[in-house]
Amino acid sequence: MAMDPYRPLDFLELDDQFSEDERMVRDTVRSWVSERWMPLVMKHWEAGTFPSELTPELAELGVFGPTLPEQYGCAGLNSVAYGLICQELERGDSGLRSFVSVQGSLVMYPIYAYGSEEQKKKYLPKLAAGELIGCFGLTEPDAGSNPGGMTTVARQDSSGYVLNGRKMWITNGTNSDIAIVWAKLDDVIRGFIVPSDSKGFSAPEQKHKWSLRASITSELVLEDVRVGAEALLPNAKGLSGPLGCLTQARYGIAWGGVGAAMACFDEALRYSKERIVFDKPLAGFQIPQKKLADIATDISMAQLLALRLGRLKDQGRMKHWHVSMAKRNNVAMALNAARVLRDMLGANGITLEYHTGRHMCNLESVYTYEGTHDIHTLAIGQALTDIPAYR
Amino acid sequence: MKIIACIKRVPTTDLQPRVAADGKSLDAAGVQYMTSFYDEIAVEEAIKQKEKHGGEVTVLTIGSAEASKEVREALAKGADKGVILVDNAWGGRDPLATAKTLAGKITELGADLVLLGRVGTDRDNASVGPMLAALLGWACVTDVVGLELGDGKGTARREADAGTETYAFALPAVITCQKDLNEPRYAGLKGIMAAKKKPLEESPCPPATSQVEIEKLALPPARKAGRIVGEGAAAVPALIDALRNEAKIL
Ligand SMILES: Cc1cc2nc3c(=O)[nH]c(=O)nc-3n(C[C@H](O)[C@H](O)[C@H](O)COP(=O)(O)OP(=O)(O)OC[C@H]3O[C@@H](n4cnc5c(N)ncnc54)[C@H](O)[C@@H]3O)c2cc1C
Repeated sequence: MAMDPYRPLDFLELDDQFSEDERMVRDTVRSWVSERWMPLVMKHWEAGTFPSELTPELAELGVFGPTLPEQYGCAGLNSVAYGLICQELERGDSGLRSFVSVQGSLVMYPIYAYGSEEQKKKYLPKLAAGELIGCFGLTEPDAGSNPGGMTTVARQDSSGYVLNGRKMWITNGTNSDIAIVWAKLDDVIRGFIVPSDSKGFSAPEQKHKWSLRASITSELVLEDVRVGAEALLPNAKGLSGPLGCLTQARYGIAWGGVGAAMACFDEALRYSKERIVFDKPLAGFQIPQKKLADIATDISMAQLLALRLGRLKDQGRMKHWHVSMAKRNNVAMALNAARVLRDMLGANGITLEYHTGRHMCNLESVYTYEGTHDIHTLAIGQALTDIPAYR
Repeated sequence: MKIIACIKRVPTTDLQPRVAADGKSLDAAGVQYMTSFYDEIAVEEAIKQKEKHGGEVTVLTIGSAEASKEVREALAKGADKGVILVDNAWGGRDPLATAKTLAGKITELGADLVLLGRVGTDRDNASVGPMLAALLGWACVTDVVGLELGDGKGTARREADAGTETYAFALPAVITCQKDLNEPRYAGLKGIMAAKKKPLEESPCPPATSQVEIEKLALPPARKAGRIVGEGAAAVPALIDALRNEAKIL
């Protein structure tokens, strides 16, 4: 677990703000990413594939639904530890963090929060063990920022439900065993656990992405898909169901952005000290130093924001607008950092041998998904003014 | 089987070291720590042998109370209990002082097998293991790459210059672990949570007199920048010439 050349930025010496087990969790995931993920990421990003062979290792580490209780095969960690997991995974790649976020926050969480005890017992241990992989189908071709405008419908019949509709941009869609599908039943949004081998269900992969390439993104097509009555999540009615899951996932993304930015910063700092231009290191000139100073400051502020958010969450005081502020700020921060630092790498920065360009491309997706940057602006605006400006 | 794995908390290997004002030690500012690389192999071997033969693994360290993180990491991987002999000046102990203190605690705890890394990655002495064995009067095999245990005895393989040596020994024994012995596992998040409930004893470390003392610590001189003599096969003669006449290593 040693010999890790990655030097994470901790300018404000925040290390002592984390408990011993939080640091252990972070360091464990950090080592795993360095040793197991980093050697593979370039190849998979280029090929547009996810290294599924690592799924059992991720499960063994315990990163799927790590805050859920031990009785369902999970680790029962606190939220700060979960945040640190996301930070470290996204240091590796936003696609890796997405894979884990979807499984934990968007598939296991709704089953845990809205499911029956039978559903929890049936699915959670297998999802935690990586024996089942799940996806979350909310977005549709014509309903993204406005998921309430969805047209996917469920109809009750004698044996259960029949689902019809189309979902788009679904992470892990093609490689899933189950899909959490959100659909309108009598005009109310409800969640269904749909096995991917159901008749009428297909999940064609969406190709030609130049972002989040080491993650599978798919369409979900539901044509008269029949599921039993036991597929319905009993305790979610209305938009608050899917939004509740998204709050969990966005919480992780707020930390993930920090990790992606830390990865870029580490690479550019190292590079700028080694790269000789006009007979001295690039880092010895004022313009690069200003860039480094700005970004180190931005990262440090984002680390503080994430930490505060995590402590609020663990105290049960986190509100969705807190998450909006952190997701919005930290992802925009990371995207800006990646762009600025990519430039410092010169031509080398446009190859996949360096990580910053890959993070830069990935972060465009992260900026858009889980509530676009602007939608979070409006969520914060509404919290401040009590006036919803997105309608 | 009672197994004790001895570990040392050392600065991470990617450290950019700075000498402290006293000129004898490392500047502690910004230093991150980890379990010494070979000690992780010792911990892994202890857990593997326990999984095979049953028994109990104790992780023992001399160090500051902050070493609890490294000890808990070993507990998270599957060790059963931890002992920290708290000594804030642990870095200054010489190998014999370290071995004497360990021998005292190991005698008190009792063990069939003691595992250590072949060398600490901070000081590179490679002497605590053999000294410990001598003090205890136990068998010792160093730099082990393969270990089999049986009833009251065992065999260990080590790579020597001439080839692979296989030793038979009687338990109790002291084994120092080389890189190829095993592949250390990750702690795992469930293990980390479980480790919180495992016993970790912290007791004051008996004082010990070191016979050698660090007088001065200096960093190696900065390496000169490299030079690319050319590219492809055409550059080979220039490279050979530079190695022969400039570097004088051919
Ligand atoms: C790689 C990737 C993976 C994804 N994974 C999933 C997944 O697993 N599951 C899932 O359900 N979805 C997923 N998504 C979908 C994602 O959540 C949506 O793309 C996102 O919600 C935005 O919706 P949209 O693409 O329809 O954009 P639109 O909603 O059309 O937005 C376009 C632009 O309009 C702006 N805008 C929209 N409404 C307003 C308004 N009222 N006021 C001001 N500006 C506005 C937006 O901010 C944005 O700039 C994924 C997307 C990507 C790219």
